[in-house]
Amino acid sequence: MIAILDYSAGNLTSVKRALDHEQIPCEVTSDAQTLKNSAGIIFPGVGAAGSAMRNLISSGLDENLKDLIRSGKPMLGICLGCQIILYESMENNTRTLGIIPGQCRRFQDDLRDEMQNLINIPHMGWNSVQLHNHCELFKDVDEEAEFYFVHSYYPVPAQDFVLGTTRYGLEFCSVFGRTGLWAMQFHPEKSGRPGLKILNNFYRYCLEHDHA
Amino acid sequence: MLSKRVIPCLDVNAGKLTKGIRFKDNAVIGDPVESAKLYYEEGADEIVFYDITASAEGRGIMLQVVEEVARNIFIPFSVGGGISTLEDMRAVLLAGSEKVSVNSAAVENPRIIAEGAEAFGSQCIVVGMDVLKTDKSGQIPSGYEVVIHGGRKRVHLDALQWAAEVERLGAGEICLNSIDADGTREGYELELTRLVAQKVRIPVIASGGAGHPEHMVQAVTEGLASAALIASIIHYGEFSITGIKEYMYQAGIKVRRTW
Repeated sequence: MIAILDYSAGNLTSVKRALDHEQIPCEVTSDAQTLKNSAGIIFPGVGAAGSAMRNLISSGLDENLKDLIRSGKPMLGICLGCQIILYESMENNTRTLGIIPGQCRRFQDDLRDEMQNLINIPHMGWNSVQLHNHCELFKDVDEEAEFYFVHSYYPVPAQDFVLGTTRYGLEFCSVFGRTGLWAMQFHPEKSGRPGLKILNNFYRYCLEHDHA
Repeated sequence: MLSKRVIPCLDVNAGKLTKGIRFKDNAVIGDPVESAKLYYEEGADEIVFYDITASAEGRGIMLQVVEEVARNIFIPFSVGGGISTLEDMRAVLLAGSEKVSVNSAAVENPRIIAEGAEAFGSQCIVVGMDVLKTDKSGQIPSGYEVVIHGGRKRVHLDALQWAAEVERLGAGEICLNSIDADGTREGYELELTRLVAQKVRIPVIASGGAGHPEHMVQAVTEGLASAALIASIIHYGEFSITGIKEYMYQAGIKVRRTW
């Protein structure tokens, strides 16, 4: 069973619907024992870093998550859930979970696209991901595939953790992590078939490495 | 590099499409869920549902449609039409829509934009603008005037000023519909689109007037739009979404071609 972490931040149901459609057993939960018993955790989220961290801390989920990751529990962070894995976020000047070194920065207003037009903020829509390092979750995903992004802040993890990048006014890291702990800025649950493939690949990995 | 989006718009009345779409494969004519699935399969980048139902009873049916769509398609979609309160927004978002679109209600009560952005995030809040070309005046310096209630009511509001205001209030996107171009099939109102796109930093969706894929190319180049809304051009089967995107690609536009 995949646990979808409920920490009162935005759209949890879209991840659940996508997993349901793929017939991947899942549960939306904030219960420590359920998280522990799961084969893997998806850390979703739309919203602001500040309020998300407050919710995590007040419920004690922050420490829980760190323990679970240390124990080797597979985890996939999506969008805000990806940003919050880093040390800090410029959004609301928030100290975040600190699982992977790095920070989250805002797209600067003066960035321009390839046509020299000022970029829109948020970065909203479909964009490609260029993989620089092997990532199990992209197995059988077409290299030309694009993914749905919607965000105004972007992750800047330590270089060792960068898996894939995306161009939008600048080249930013859109996929990072290491085997068993992945973070992606885009929404696989809203990225059509390639996104569903990523979720399936994550589930497959979880089943093969189920420590629960 | 960000792709330009092609967004089909479906008008729904009491749970049924008002204009049936072409019969293809197993798509049931007049069924919004089947149509959404078809467009999803054909590579739509997003889908807009516009609820034109007048009755409260019909609105409940729309929520069922939204839930059914959300179970079947895995791209973003938005719902507009008759959204005027936070509760209206919450209901469609909970039913599975990514975004909600407010139009007349935002003009009559601009606070709804800020309240929606605060409650659900700016990325959820699309402001729809219906715009009419008019003489330039003190009240309407740009010569483009916002109208509400489907164009039936003038409110003496300048389109560029309103666009800046909705951005300031926290809208995440503007869907810009030209009443003059709507239904003509002669192309989008490019000057208006460009003026609004240059005025704000949030994405602008061009709407009204699409009759040929070349018009979508114009909307995202000359018009500087992030996306193009299309309706009858695909509903009647002259063009497919796949074909439109291929045309745009050949014209040098970055579009999503793998799905």
